[in-house]
Amino acid sequence: MNDQMLLLGDEAVALAALHAGISGAYAYPGTPSTELFEFIDSRKEEYSVHARWSANEKVAYEEALGVSYAGKRSIVSMKHVGLNVAADPFMNSGVTGVNGGMVVFVADDPGMHSSQNEQDSRYLASFCLIPCLEPANQQEAYDMTHQAFEMSEELGLPVMLRFVTRLAHSRSGVSVEERKPQRPLNKVPRGGQFTLLPSNARVQYEKLTEKQPDLLALSESSQYNELVAGTARSATGVITSGIAYNYFMEAVGGRPRMPYLRISQYPIPISKVRQLVESVSEVLIIEEGYPFVEQALRGIVGVHGRKIRGKLDGFLPRTGELDPAIVANALGSQPEVSWKPTIDPLPNRPPALCPGCPHTDTFKALNDALSGYDQPTVTSDIGCYTLGFYPPLEAIETCVDMGASISMASGASNAGLFPVVCALGDSTFAHSGMTGLLTAVQDDDNMVVIIMDNGTVAMTGTQQTMATGGRLEEIVKGLGVHPDHIRVINPLSKHHEENVKVIKEEVEHRGLSVVISRRPCIQIRKQA
Amino acid sequence: MKYDIVLAGVGGQGILTIAYLLDNAAVKQGLRFKQSEVHGMAQRGGAVYSHMRLSDETVISDLIPQGQADMILGVEPLEIQRYLHYLGPEGVVVTNNQPFVNIPNYPPEEEVIGALLRLGNTALIDAKRIAQASKSPRSQNVAMIGAATPFLPFEVKDFEPIIREVFAAKGDSVISANLEVLSNSYHEGLFYKTLREMDVPNELVYGLVGKIEVGTFEPNLAKAFGETLIGAPDKCREVLSSIDGEIPGDRSLLDKLSA
Repeated sequence: MNDQMLLLGDEAVALAALHAGISGAYAYPGTPSTELFEFIDSRKEEYSVHARWSANEKVAYEEALGVSYAGKRSIVSMKHVGLNVAADPFMNSGVTGVNGGMVVFVADDPGMHSSQNEQDSRYLASFCLIPCLEPANQQEAYDMTHQAFEMSEELGLPVMLRFVTRLAHSRSGVSVEERKPQRPLNKVPRGGQFTLLPSNARVQYEKLTEKQPDLLALSESSQYNELVAGTARSATGVITSGIAYNYFMEAVGGRPRMPYLRISQYPIPISKVRQLVESVSEVLIIEEGYPFVEQALRGIVGVHGRKIRGKLDGFLPRTGELDPAIVANALGSQPEVSWKPTIDPLPNRPPALCPGCPHTDTFKALNDALSGYDQPTVTSDIGCYTLGFYPPLEAIETCVDMGASISMASGASNAGLFPVVCALGDSTFAHSGMTGLLTAVQDDDNMVVIIMDNGTVAMTGTQQTMATGGRLEEIVKGLGVHPDHIRVINPLSKHHEENVKVIKEEVEHRGLSVVISRRPCIQIRKQA
Repeated sequence: MKYDIVLAGVGGQGILTIAYLLDNAAVKQGLRFKQSEVHGMAQRGGAVYSHMRLSDETVISDLIPQGQADMILGVEPLEIQRYLHYLGPEGVVVTNNQPFVNIPNYPPEEEVIGALLRLGNTALIDAKRIAQASKSPRSQNVAMIGAATPFLPFEVKDFEPIIREVFAAKGDSVISANLEVLSNSYHEGLFYKTLREMDVPNELVYGLVGKIEVGTFEPNLAKAFGETLIGAPDKCREVLSSIDGEIPGDRSLLDKLSA
């Protein structure tokens, strides 16, 4: 055990990618995926890897695809909603295929610990017609990453590695392999593969569909798709996958008596599923995330003569995260609880902006600037500042996706609302706000964009940002905002009156204004 | 052997450092473990926790099943309440007694402390006091490790090399302050544990421990203190409440209590 390395799930994938000889790693920070890139970034010199934070997930995906195009191995990492941003290159990379091995690491967040939804990325892998691997522990995360690179090159397809929060942020010992050398440059020969003109795309799409039986055959023979016969007669069989397998094994004390199928590699191994279903009269499906396997099994008409239990019949909760107690319950064993809270009601402790946070002062100034208006609208975005929704600030009213603050404000203003203000951070602006602002410039939309420039990606742990300081003003100017209506304020309580005045003036200006509220994140201050 | 710990606290209190020290101690012992933690939004002053599972066999689930934890180790007393359903029938709670008040509806401190003392299986430690005694106010989390060690399948020396490693970049004085905090808190935790094992009422142990100066706990006197407290609890309460500030936990205090 002493020769093992202590790694978070995210880090196990990162180390495996380094050992598998990647040449490039790209990402945008997002919980619970962030630590993967950070691990690689801190070792990029040692491994001679090109690693950098990208402006957003779409950019990151395309950079990784470019490395693969050049014949080398790459990894791109993001959270589940990040894959929505990268969906365009993602879907098309299934059609182009890849050259050097390319692994798409996506960390889902069931239970929404730090996210707007709990979408299940297995659907996207299936949508893209590519293989998906779903490890259950840190060692498998390491091993499957190696396998994913091999598979990616054999099939000529990107391979998805699907994670969930509990694995991403769980630490354990991992045994590692020898480090492999990086691949030499070996560019895709000129031809139609990567030029998805309709004439080429039709050819490529045909190839992709022709590969599907190979993907299924790999799933059927995968050591990670394990069909185990029961040790006792049982009317019920279990299909489980990913981290849910751990809760299942915990509930049965590591020794299941019923037959079970564990799925860790997709597409779903059809004949293994059939084999299990044929041997029992009831199938319980335990999977973390959406009822992906369950839905496939039920189809529209169900399985004749078999009872299927899972999330769709309410046997397991449809929303939120599974845990050992929920799974034990489903298997008929009620965990005994000995102690209960003795303070009733127990107050919640939601996350909050740090003491001294610049966002607090910006929101206070904004609230005061808007206090004279009947129905002000304040759209916002994703970052620490979203916590400005909670009392006592209650400063914002939307958070949909990165950059939506600006574009939604445009729409709201076009629809006739006044005043309309949007508030977002500098990193969110770089990620997906610039295009919205460029669009708003076209009609000089009547709204105020407040960019809270704290110089970092704060919520995910103060990663580097790229549109901050003087550069941010240049960008805003370059996008076409009139220089008279680009204002910079310093969010400190001693400047409160002045800041309120600036925001009010820009609210009253009939047209587009940008107020940059600039003060470094208190967390960076602490680090310095 | 298996040992499951729920770490409880508030984002920013250094729970992840505690987890890191425990992880590494586990590895040095050749134990298998899984340790699940919370990153992201909750770390901004929200309730945070970590599940730490140690075993000499393979650990399967990253999360501890309800009703099975051997310990809740807290850096904040109210947060303990959030995880009591994880605690097994014989489980113990070792927690810092220092409230972290960042919500408007935080219950009165006496209520929070009283509720924990009444649970019985609890050791309430003033980690702030221990950290300040070594002029290292940020070491409250290290103090909680030390105080918990007598209850854990670890010894103080298991943590020493890891502390040296974790604080290496901060220089020798930070390292030695943290080692002192570790040692002082260990002795305080051990003293607490010994008295509770003798069935001295929890509120009495808590009252006595709070009166004894950090660094002056004498392990070989613990039993004698316990017997004295059991023998004349009311009188001891009276004596303790008459003591202004803190005094050494030596024989003269014992004499005062049993006089």
